[in-house]
Amino acid sequence: MAKPGLDGHDRGAKVIARALRDAGMEVIYTGLRQTPEMIVNAALQEDVQVIGLSILSGAHNAIVPRVIELLKEKDMADVKVIVGGIIPDEDAALLRQQGVAAVFQPGSSLDSIVEFIRSAVPA
Amino acid sequence: MKTAQRQFTTISGVPVDPLYGPEQLGDLDWQLDVGEPGEFPYTRGIHRDMYRGKLWTMRQFSGFAVPEETNRRYRYLLEQGQTGLSVAFDLPTLMGYDADHALSEGEVGKCGVSICSLEDMETLFGGIPLGDVTVSMTINSPAAVLWAMYLVVAEKQGVAWEQLSGTIQNDILKEYIAQKEYIFPPRPSMRLVTDTIEFGARHTPRFNPISISGYHICEAGSTAVQELAFTLRDGIEYVDWALERGLAVDEFAPRLSFFFNAHNDFFEEIAKYRAARKIWAYVMRDRYGARNERSLKLRFHAQTAGCSLTWQQPYNNVVRTALQALAAVLGGAQSLHTNSLDEAYALPSEHAVTIALRTQQVLAYETGITGTPDPLGGSYFLEKLTLETENAANDYIQRIDDMGGMIKAIEAGFPQREIAAASYRYQREIENGERVVVGVNRFQSDDQPIELLQIDETAGRRQSDKLDALKRRRNDGQVQKALDALRCAAEGRENTMPAILDAVRAYATLGEICDAFRAVFGTYQETSHL
Repeated sequence: MAKPGLDGHDRGAKVIARALRDAGMEVIYTGLRQTPEMIVNAALQEDVQVIGLSILSGAHNAIVPRVIELLKEKDMADVKVIVGGIIPDEDAALLRQQGVAAVFQPGSSLDSIVEFIRSAVPA
Repeated sequence: MKTAQRQFTTISGVPVDPLYGPEQLGDLDWQLDVGEPGEFPYTRGIHRDMYRGKLWTMRQFSGFAVPEETNRRYRYLLEQGQTGLSVAFDLPTLMGYDADHALSEGEVGKCGVSICSLEDMETLFGGIPLGDVTVSMTINSPAAVLWAMYLVVAEKQGVAWEQLSGTIQNDILKEYIAQKEYIFPPRPSMRLVTDTIEFGARHTPRFNPISISGYHICEAGSTAVQELAFTLRDGIEYVDWALERGLAVDEFAPRLSFFFNAHNDFFEEIAKYRAARKIWAYVMRDRYGARNERSLKLRFHAQTAGCSLTWQQPYNNVVRTALQALAAVLGGAQSLHTNSLDEAYALPSEHAVTIALRTQQVLAYETGITGTPDPLGGSYFLEKLTLETENAANDYIQRIDDMGGMIKAIEAGFPQREIAAASYRYQREIENGERVVVGVNRFQSDDQPIELLQIDETAGRRQSDKLDALKRRRNDGQVQKALDALRCAAEGRENTMPAILDAVRAYATLGEICDAFRAVFGTYQETSHL
């Protein structure tokens, strides 16, 4: 679970990280102000299956494609990327086209996120 | 939905009884606990007449893209009847980075206006006479720098600093607790805050050098009791540092101001504001021996709860905002911002912010609630809830005192953990249906798309180009000299404001000044608490 960019609003990221842990998943929370490079490196080191990006600042169109690009460069295209936060519908569609596995907009339930990850990732 | 075993509590968990009557107020001493408006302990309000004498300031938090655009929005809002300005800065500005910094990519102008130098500040306030309009600036880590820019703009307009009225948020403690827009570690940051309080006491008697905030603490997921306790305890920490600096309490305390959330639990919010005034009055008089009446009176700005706005059925947000604003006014706020219906999606469109402003105007002019101070005073429920909120907050304040103060508590992760637990509990309640959010987990329906404000994607490039041009125009020697002097001041023990002002006048950029501070103070990395 990562907070990319300058945004410091971590309430959502932390609540979801805790819900995923309660659901039995192993979660690494990167903390704040991570660059795409830092996130992908952490994902590589921790050998994660999913990267969750929490972005509320409107900077998602600059940040998310960069993460996807880096994953391709490092031969990590099997790592699923999910995005949550303030993502308008048109941008969500665009992000999915670019390879994001799911976009969770405000009001998404914790259960829906847990279920998605369970179904998207081999046990 | 099972209702048989339903517990009624406030959001903070204070039990709500089936009925309130005189028996619940058996312990209440009207003089000591409540008093009259304008009289110690100011539970009922800080003025005898409250809104009969003067309405609260209608002050919409606003800013986006480049300074020219925000200047246009400010003029619009003033034309529509807003009575004070409130500046929202973008993330690069909040974090002390210029628009052309690598980390600013994609972020310029998205969450607020981009201000990189004095030049941008001059554009922001173009055509706005700073001697006539009060300005609040929501800026924290680099607050001293943005304040210096504002002071120099006033200087250039020919307005004396003694005339300036406004506020800088400048509350770094709540950054470590909740909003997380910190740059430097706590102690150097507190030094900068104390510098501004000291400078303000000497030079800007009508300006609030700090707005001690609970809004963000609530937004991060705290309860009202936690918001109240952590905010007031932050206030105590700032007072301690200012006293340590050698200021007398009555020299600066009159200009400490506060900022609270106006969240959903209607009566709990009103109780919170009343308890805040009462606790602070007793703290200033008994803990600090303040004598000046103005040192005892807690003045606050309120903002309706951003975290309560929904993506689903956004027009419901107009209703939420109106009810929350009502609580703030019944609670005696001096200044108010009302959220726009579209803020779960974007920064406010012109259409949406107009409705938000009209909400305040309807409250002020059509409801009649301004006719008497603390109209709900004497309500059995409210008076009991005020007492309980005060007691619960005082417990937290005592615990933090026992930990050695707020900085120690932050270093131990205490407030952060409390907030994380409260926000998780709240979300679980929503997930299991215990807590209804209309339109989200109950009463869903299809939505019509709404028209949103589009932020100019070229803002980043425009600001970068402007910075290039600025750096070519300005006197490099002067800038370097000023930055060297700034570094020296930071390394020493003098007040940094004069050096910051000199650097600003030489058109050193925000990033350059903050980098000078980073070199001396270091930067802060938090240990995360889920």
